[in-house]
Amino acid sequence: MGFSATVGGTRHNFADLRQLLACATPFRSGDALAGVAAESAAQRVAAQRALADLPLRHFLSDAVVPYEADEVTRLILDSHDAQAFAPVAHLTIGGFRDWLLAEADAPALAALAAGLTPEMVAALSKICRLQDLVAIGAKCRVVTRFRNTLGLPGTLSIRLQPNDPVDDPKGIAAQVLDGLLLGAGDAVIGVNPATDNVDNLCRVLGLLDAVRDRYAIPTQSCVLAHITTTLLAMQRGAPVDLVFQSIGGTQAVNESFGVSLSLLAEAHAAALALGRGTLGDNCMYFETGQGSALSADAHHGVDQQTLECRAYAVARRFRPLLVNSVVGFIGPEYLYDGKQITRAGLEDHMCGKLLGLPMGVDVCYTNHAEADQDDMDALLTLLGVAGVTYVMGVPGADDTMLAYQSTSFHDGLYVRAALGKTPAPEFAAWLHRMGLAVHTPDRLPMAVAGLL
Amino acid sequence: MTAPVLWRDLRRYTAARVGLGRVGNGLPTAAHLDFQEAHAQARDAVWSTLDVPVLRDALGAQVVASAAPDRRAYLLRPDLGRRLAEGVPLTPRPGCFAIVVADGLCATGVQAQAPALVTALTEGLHQAGWDVAPPVIATQARVAIGDAIGQALGAAMVAVLIGERPGLSALDSMGIYLTHAPRPGRRDAERNCISNIRPGGLSVAEAAAKLLWLVAAARGLGATGVALKDEQPALPLLEG
Repeated sequence: MGFSATVGGTRHNFADLRQLLACATPFRSGDALAGVAAESAAQRVAAQRALADLPLRHFLSDAVVPYEADEVTRLILDSHDAQAFAPVAHLTIGGFRDWLLAEADAPALAALAAGLTPEMVAALSKICRLQDLVAIGAKCRVVTRFRNTLGLPGTLSIRLQPNDPVDDPKGIAAQVLDGLLLGAGDAVIGVNPATDNVDNLCRVLGLLDAVRDRYAIPTQSCVLAHITTTLLAMQRGAPVDLVFQSIGGTQAVNESFGVSLSLLAEAHAAALALGRGTLGDNCMYFETGQGSALSADAHHGVDQQTLECRAYAVARRFRPLLVNSVVGFIGPEYLYDGKQITRAGLEDHMCGKLLGLPMGVDVCYTNHAEADQDDMDALLTLLGVAGVTYVMGVPGADDTMLAYQSTSFHDGLYVRAALGKTPAPEFAAWLHRMGLAVHTPDRLPMAVAGLL
Repeated sequence: MTAPVLWRDLRRYTAARVGLGRVGNGLPTAAHLDFQEAHAQARDAVWSTLDVPVLRDALGAQVVASAAPDRRAYLLRPDLGRRLAEGVPLTPRPGCFAIVVADGLCATGVQAQAPALVTALTEGLHQAGWDVAPPVIATQARVAIGDAIGQALGAAMVAVLIGERPGLSALDSMGIYLTHAPRPGRRDAERNCISNIRPGGLSVAEAAAKLLWLVAAARGLGATGVALKDEQPALPLLEG
């Protein structure tokens, strides 16, 4: 089925929904690399006009990746909740944007989430300005629990990310302490391992669990190994709170990550069976990022932002505690500069939240991107206003293992103070008990000698 | 070592930017400018190039180029960096072990560390009975260029030594990607990776030992990637 719109007296035709969505997407380098970007500004706005007129229900009968060929498409269409969709079933994409800005509130959006498909929210985002992405994102409320409560109004959480180039226990422990001294760690204390080795995984899991237990910190830990390695660690009895995996929006990109829906389900069941959460059983942690499907040559001619939203359908199947886009991490061939990273971060946040996910963002950049700390400050502040569930905390913004820059522990303090946000309540109470809620003492306040 | 007493004492245990102090919620001026300096150096490192004649002489290597004509094209078109330029002659050597030395996103660490690593690997591979092809140096290259080179050689496996994206604290880091039965179209999940090879990270000797372990395991399994779990016993770690 084709689409068309007239702009400036010229009629623009779009062969199918994939092309319409791709051409409507604000420019980014990854879509140009894939050869799907609009060829002119006029063609882009024509696509946006045609998209705005498209009924939301159209997306229930027109898949961008064939149903027969892709288990993510099957998941999206087979799990669609028609009853939840009913309140907006009469709207177009443009009408949906207007309704979201004018009328929608948090309870209505929570009830609607299961009725929305990734492609609907991707289409919506393409006709939103940054302020729309912020305003709509801020209306969403998604609360998850494991050992604390994430996503409550007025809170902003931090993943403490103490990565070490060789997974040295003391290097990790020193960074964990630094983060705790600066109020980080309520989302998770999560290490990206330098090597995906099951002995090593068990060792780092043991270290993180011991620190958490010793100080009775109301949070959860995670080592972000491949899901098959985490399954091995669980079989060995390692203390696995959260199961992590990178995921994407097509079956083929997930195959490139070495995962499938059935493997994710197996690991989810194994983590649930451990029953380690005290306040809730959200026990999965997923990372996503625009460009991953193209990077794996698994994009089916679909623009990278629509595919990113499809990854959220995979995530929500498993009721995760945490999901974040690694927006600036994937590289300049997908998001070239600060402007593109900023927009993508806000798109990912709003789209994830509308689909019902506890959405965080790794506000970050690599050294081959045209971006710097000023860009990160702007995106972090915008995301804070948009109600982002969590951001990363890395000592001094410099991840010495992954060789990229994310937000620092100090950045977390800044954005909470600037916007009047607090950590998760259980963690805030712990900080208060430890004397760390207001300032950071020069002398270490805790009995850390045993740790280091 | 005595137990840490002050916040800044945490710096003894890690090269990460811990114990920086705090002014309000921000970084003290000196720490802020340290970061800006490191970022400036990393930005420049992205544009560093291999000294190909020096490396070629050290390795006795053949030199090939990717299809990316320059650095900007390399950064924006990773597909070009995965392909060989037209008309690159490589003599087939069926069943060999291929070693590719590639610039990747930063040439500095490869320039410094590749010769010692290639020597250690070649020695270990010979002992394991491998026919090791002369190394191939590839410029403006991504990891997957090893698939094209490995296929042209008819290699049983390829190890690509490649410069990693420069970080603020590591401008000199190299990674190794091992691929069984290389051919264009191999997926990332079909490779095993060893990263952070640099002074202060994984040493050349440790990296060579780990790779030789993976090569032996991959030969037994007939595959690399997620099917091949790195279950090498943990190496003793340096105490902080």
